[in-house]
Amino acid sequence: MALALVATTIVILALLWEVSWPAAAEHLERRRAGRARVPSLDIDPGRERRAEQRARQLLRSCVNEEEWEMYRDLGFIRVWGALAEGLDRDRGGTVATELGAPYAYLLYPHKPIVAYLPQTRELLNEYCVDFPDETRPYGSARLPDSDDVLAKWMALTGDERRLIETANMHLPGRQVDPKRVRRDLWRLQEWERQRMRRRARAQGDPAGRDTGPAGSVSAP
Amino acid sequence: MKPGHGEILLAEGDVEVRAEEEALIAEFQRQLELGMWAAVPVATAGGRREARMVRDFAEVPRDADRVIFFPRAAGGR
Repeated sequence: MALALVATTIVILALLWEVSWPAAAEHLERRRAGRARVPSLDIDPGRERRAEQRARQLLRSCVNEEEWEMYRDLGFIRVWGALAEGLDRDRGGTVATELGAPYAYLLYPHKPIVAYLPQTRELLNEYCVDFPDETRPYGSARLPDSDDVLAKWMALTGDERRLIETANMHLPGRQVDPKRVRRDLWRLQEWERQRMRRRARAQGDPAGRDTGPAGSVSAP
Repeated sequence: MKPGHGEILLAEGDVEVRAEEEALIAEFQRQLELGMWAAVPVATAGGRREARMVRDFAEVPRDADRVIFFPRAAGGR
């Protein structure tokens, strides 16, 4: 009788152990994790914002006043094409650009460069270009927005041919919505009109006559 | 310009001081070896601003107040 009781007790204890051990182990694990020292991550949430602020200052110090105000107010910069022989068809130009029609680029942060004809607002191409950090081949943070625009501006004004040949050329609309570009060209025209009015007033012309968006249809 | 950081001052000095010029040349070479492009912002006679790409320290105008290094362009997607 006693032997049977002892055996039954042992079986019951073994079953209870089997049932309760996983829950107990999990509880212990949680307690350990709760008490464990969590390593502090070196994350500075303001770093990117400060980097962008510095980038804006640098951009402002490099481009001219009109380009800076354009970027500040509209979010992009227009750069006039300057290839002496014109933009040929191999590089995305048209018959018009080969014959010397002025062409220009819109520089957006972290978007392709958009080439267009200011006189007709015809979109020519998108030139996709990146500025990757080659010292970190497995991927890295990208340039701040304003640095990306400045890098495009420097590469384009410094060596337009090399940048255009480096970039991957695509038809308009692949990444930048053509409707958006046309709207931006309209915004640019209005912005230039207002800017010219302000300048005319500042120079003593009280009427600030509407002289039209000359800047958008004529090369500098 | 450094991705994730923005502008970083790499070196500064006076090109008229031999030791400082050598330090500037060494840093210039180091940046080019890292694959960076170098540009000097300049103002043209007509008042326009543009960049002058330089591949050698000798191409940097003596009166330039800075050289900006930025990652080499690559075809994007």
